[in-house]
Formats: sequence, C-alpha cells, structure tokens
Amino acid sequence: MATHGFAGQETHAHAAPQGFIRKWIFSLDHKIIGLQYYFLALAAVFVGMFLSLLMRIHMIWPTVALPLVGEIKPEAYLSLVTMHGTIMVFFVLTTAPQGGFGNYFLPIQIGAPDMAFPVLNMLSFWTTFLGFIVMLAAFFVTGGAPLHGWTGYAPLSALPSAGPGEGLGADLWIISIAIFCIGALMGALNFITTTLDMRAKGMSMMRMPLTCWAWFITAILGLLAFGVLLSGGILLLMDRNLGTSFFVPLVTVNGQLTGHKGGSPLLWQHLFWFFGHPEVYIAILPAMGLCSQLLSVFSRKPIFGYKAMVYAMLSIGFLGFMVWGHHMFMSGMSPYTAFAFSIMTMAIGVPSAIKTFNWLGTLVRGKIRFSSPMLFAIGFVSLFVSGGISGPFLAQPVLDIPLHDTAFVPAHFHLIMGVASIFGIFAATYYWFPKMFGRMMNESLARWHFWFSFIGTYCIFMPMHYLGMAAQPRRYSQFTELQYLAHLIPLNKFITYAAIVTIAGQLIFVANLFWSMFKGKKASDNPWEATTLEWTTATPPPHDNFGGRTPVVHNGPYEYSVPGAPRDFVMQSDPAIKAAH
Amino acid sequence: MASFSTTATVDDPRISMGGGSTLPPVRGGGDDGRSGSPDYGTRLRRARLGLLVALTPILMLFVSFTSAYIVRQGLPTLDPRTNTLVRDWIPVKLPRLLFVNTCVLLLSSVGMELARRQIRREAALAPAASVSAASTGEEKKIPWLAMTVVLGLLFLTGQWMAWRQLAALGYYVSTSPSSSFIYLLTGTHAIHLMGGVLALLVAGAAS
Repeated sequence: MATHGFAGQETHAHAAPQGFIRKWIFSLDHKIIGLQYYFLALAAVFVGMFLSLLMRIHMIWPTVALPLVGEIKPEAYLSLVTMHGTIMVFFVLTTAPQGGFGNYFLPIQIGAPDMAFPVLNMLSFWTTFLGFIVMLAAFFVTGGAPLHGWTGYAPLSALPSAGPGEGLGADLWIISIAIFCIGALMGALNFITTTLDMRAKGMSMMRMPLTCWAWFITAILGLLAFGVLLSGGILLLMDRNLGTSFFVPLVTVNGQLTGHKGGSPLLWQHLFWFFGHPEVYIAILPAMGLCSQLLSVFSRKPIFGYKAMVYAMLSIGFLGFMVWGHHMFMSGMSPYTAFAFSIMTMAIGVPSAIKTFNWLGTLVRGKIRFSSPMLFAIGFVSLFVSGGISGPFLAQPVLDIPLHDTAFVPAHFHLIMGVASIFGIFAATYYWFPKMFGRMMNESLARWHFWFSFIGTYCIFMPMHYLGMAAQPRRYSQFTELQYLAHLIPLNKFITYAAIVTIAGQLIFVANLFWSMFKGKKASDNPWEATTLEWTTATPPPHDNFGGRTPVVHNGPYEYSVPGAPRDFVMQSDPAIKAAH
Repeated sequence: MASFSTTATVDDPRISMGGGSTLPPVRGGGDDGRSGSPDYGTRLRRARLGLLVALTPILMLFVSFTSAYIVRQGLPTLDPRTNTLVRDWIPVKLPRLLFVNTCVLLLSSVGMELARRQIRREAALAPAASVSAASTGEEKKIPWLAMTVVLGLLFLTGQWMAWRQLAALGYYVSTSPSSSFIYLLTGTHAIHLMGGVLALLVAGAAS
C-alpha cells in the first residue's frame, strides 16, 4: 500500500542534520533556505548596484575609460541597463523579501515546524541560484550581455543578428529567466500550501500577521504570473532558435531580410506585461506587510484597520492583473482600450491610499520608538507615497505618451518599486536579525545607514522627475552633447555624486551586518517586545522552530497597549485577553 | 536583562482534519507530529492541496499559449510584394491519427480514475485483510494503474507518429504560424504528459 509517496514530507520532521553539507548547503530547513535566499540577494544587489554606478558615471563622463571595464560603448551601456534591471527585479526584489524573509518567518509566524514541502523548497532555492549563475554567464560570452532591457522587447530580443549582445548572451538571459520562473513557482506552491494547511491551532486566517498575508498574496500573484512569463520565454526561444515567427514581423536587419514574417511584437508585450505588472506587486507587497507589522510594533498600537489592510492587499493583487496595458500606451493601442487600462490603474490608488492612511493612523498618538527597523519602515511609507503619487500621472495616456521615454518613468518606478522595497528589506533585516543570528545589530551604524540611504535616494530620484519633465530621454547612452540638454548636465552630475555617496553608505550596512553577526550584543528572545510567534521561541529558533512544543494561538497579532493587561503587549500565544476588557 | 518572551502554550497537537480519510497513519501515529512524519491523512490532504496549487501555473502556461494562438490567428500581416496587409493564416490539415490519440488519452483518464478507486479500496481493506487470515477472495485484480501508464505511453507514441506524418507533408515547426502552434501546443502537452507518466511510475513503485 501507498505508505511512502510524497517524498517532500518524508523529511518533514527530519531530525536536525549533522553534516556540513546537509546542514548549510543542501538544507531542508526553511530557515537555512531563507538565509541562502537572503545572501543570494545580497550578492545580486551588489552586482546590480555596481552596474548602476557604471551607468551613472558613464552618463556624465561618457568617454572616460573606467577601471575594470574601460570605456563604455553604447551597446555596452544597453547591456548595463538590461542586466541592472533584470538582476535587481528578479534576483533582489523578488528573491529577498519573499524567498528570504518569507521562507524564514512564514512557518514560524503561523506556528508550523517547516514549509509544507521541504525538498521542493530546497530545489526552489537551488533553481534560483542556477538562474543567477546563468544570468551572470551572459556577461562572459561572445558579444556580451543582451541589449533588450529587462522587458526583453521583440523583435530586438528575438533576432540574434540584431546586436552584439543578442547572440548567446540573449539566449542565456532568456534561459535564466525561465529557470527563475520555475524556481519561483516551486516557492509559491510551498508558500500557499503552507499558509493554508499548516497554521497552528487558533491561528485563523484573520489572526495571521500582515506579513503572512503579504507573503501569501504575493505567492498567489507569482503562481499566476510566472507561468505566463515562462510561456513567453519559450516562444521567444523558439523564435530565436527554431525559426518560428511568433513575435517577429517582416523585418530587415542591416538590410538583410531575417526570414521571419507575420509575428507580432505586441504579443510579446502583452505576455510580458501580464507578468510584469503583477511582478511589481510581488516586489512591493512583502514590504507593505512588513511595514504594517513594524509600524504597529514600534508605535505600541494595534495596526489601524487590520481587515482593511488585508482587503486592500487582496484588491491590489487582484487589480494588478487588470492593468498590464498601461505599460503599452505607446504601442498604438486603441484609445478606448487605453482608457479602460487607465481607469483600472488609477483604481489601484484607492487600496494604496487605504494602506497609506492606515499606516499614518497607526502612528497617530502612538508611543513611537524610533529604533532602526522603525526608521526604515517610516522611510518605506515616505518613499511609497513619493513614488506612488506620480503613478496616477503616468496612468493617463495623455501624460504617459510624452513622459514614457524620459527619465520620469525610471524616477517613478525606482522610488516606489525599487527603493521602497529595498527599504522593506532593510527594515526586515534590522528587525529580524536578532532572531536569525541571536545578536543585535549596531544601532548607531544603523542610524547612519538610514540617513545616508534616505537622503541619498531622495537626492538621486527626485531630480530625475525634473529631468524627465525637461525631456531627458531614458536609455540613451550619451546625451552630454545634445544642446537642448546642456543645462541639465549639472543636475545629472549631482545625481551621480549622490549615487556614489549613497552606494558608499551601503558599505556601512554590510559592515554592520557581518560585524554584528559575530560581535554584536547578545539578543534576548523578544528584544522588540513584539507579539507574534517568532518571538516566543528560542533565539535563533531550534531546528523544528518551537523545540518540540506546538504553539496555540489565542490572540490577534497586534495586541499592544491593551487596557488592563499586565504589560503593554499581549503575545499571540498568551491566554485570551477578552477577560481583560 | 529581563527577557520578555513568554512560553508558548503547550496544547494538544493539531490532529488531522483529513477529509474523512479512513487510512491508517503511516508511522508513529499522531503522537506529536514532529518526532515522526505527519500522519497519512495530513500528508494526503497536503499533497492534494499542493497538486491543486501546482496545476494553476500549468493552466496559466496553456492559457497563455492558447491566447497567443487566438491572437495570432486574427492578426493580419504585411505582404512585402504588394505592400498590403493580408490574412495569411492557413490552417494545417491535421492527421487523422490525432483523433485516435485523443481517444487513447480519454481512455487513460478513465483508467486513472479506476486505478485511484482500486487503490483506495485496497487501502481501506488493508487492516481487515491483515487481521483475518481468510483473505477476501483472491479475485482477479485488473491492473488499472499499469494500463493507464501503457495508454499514456501509447498516446505519446501516437503523437510522435503524428508529428512524423506532419513533417512528411512538409509541415515543420517554422513552416507557417499554424504549424508552429501545433508543434508548440502538442509538444508542451507531451512534456506535461511525460511528467504524469513519471508520477504514475513512482506511484506504481510505491504501491
């Protein structure tokens, strides 16, 4: 009889592994896998940040030969654009908040001993890792990395003859994305099953911390979106290597017919953005959940409007699938279609505003503790608002069409999707570091890091809006000789200097991270006096998370300043507080 | 320094809510759920949920291929000789073999369901069978699982033959948009099915 199917669960209750390889490399423990994801993202963010630094320097000194890379040719600049975007979106913003912190803390916060399918969990990490290696390999093949941007628009991406990086480099890029999709799908499968099936007794869905809700909704988005990207990647590979014409119309390259005809470049755009728009929510939702959590913990107040927060996240996720066309206003789509996409896009402003006002409502009259995680959480709200406010501008075709190919769009999405999510990652690091490593991070270094990052990002991205309105084009490798942009060069220089200083400021974070791991002050089990289940267990948590005990949940996740309670917080596993009222 | 942590309440472990599963626990039984594997009902429920979730991206993959197919079918393309937009969708005449293959596939679905019922019944009777020496009659078992695998492999062979027929008629992957889609959709489906056959072989080895 079927006694030993489901290899995934066989190892579920595995005893703690002893060997180095089983414990640290091919580990089945969600905590180790979470850390692996986190450090993968940390490596990736430095690669991506280095590329952005090269771009910024090239913009203001286009002919200077840089150390390591020499003079940057126009096609090399496009490679930098492509690889910066791809690495940041996939291997940082998708990997760290969900794969990293989600993996580590989702099971603990819902009171489970591990993920539902530990083997699948391990595979999903190693698949993602392989994807990263393949992505980096694109730098080192003949022709170098691809030129087609992180959006991979056809026909450029579909024709190996279209440019130096579009040969093997582009193939590797597509294969890497496909591998990443498979890893992300395995991860999403695990997150959803774990959330639905492994919650501790008493942990109803509406008692889950908002972080868990965010990871859960993000996983659903990933589940629906990554399959579509995968399908687009398969079609693209067929166009490139099997001679099909899904995306390639009748085009000539250098005067030569390509042999393709009848394909539709727009088809790629539809497939890509059906994934691409939900992807930005995949990046930002975990940060939203986390910041909701932190604002409550460090204001010593229940989150303002828990249910509204949950429904707002659900509707952001739902609407996220309805708006992909707003990336394609330039494509010549029917104005009626564009109008529909425009209305839907602006509708996302409603749940976003609900969240923002709830965050502010949480802060009002709270006993705010300005610890470093809180600073980054407030920084997140600030960046989310600043970046989000330009969303309704770009949502209107009549404004998007002139702004689309200018620096305004990078300014918008870097603030809201890039840096805001990164602030979420920083906040999560400072908040959970004591639980993960058993030591506190250095608080004054953390504060320095915050102010460098916060002021720095505003100095980089705020002026970029102005550059966009002054019609500075994006993706141009060289514009210093254009007469009409000459007066913008000082501003561009300012942005580059700000970028250099901000990036230097990140070294404080890395130094703090590794120094504190070994030398930091020992952390207690619940240094922030928070209520969720991860703070009930040992630091760092034992192999099965709760040391053989099974937590039972009696309270909601945000019981702070409860009247009549002995302390100003009631943990989720404490006896039910109804009597105290 | 005082630690603010409280101990988690220790309570009865969460027992299986497994949808009325009559199957015995696999090992250890539900003592603690952590020192041994979770019981069979839990694992079955979790695997079913996982499978259901896993079907979503597979569905999305085929949905996006199919919608690409529909969109492409309706697109006019540029004819370079006349410089006008023409509709160039020429449907491929499908080999008749594909209908046979479809029937084989449907049959294998029936076989699959019968195999599932058979294994479920066996598992329910297993404790009784081991207690009473008088076995419940060695009636001839129809090997439904094996038959499903055979039908699946037969389908794959049939598809292979259909592709060969298409190629013999001059329809290759890149011949026309419609032929590209035929190979794309049937090829992806074949890979999908190979996964299924593989899973059945694992199930067969386990039972």
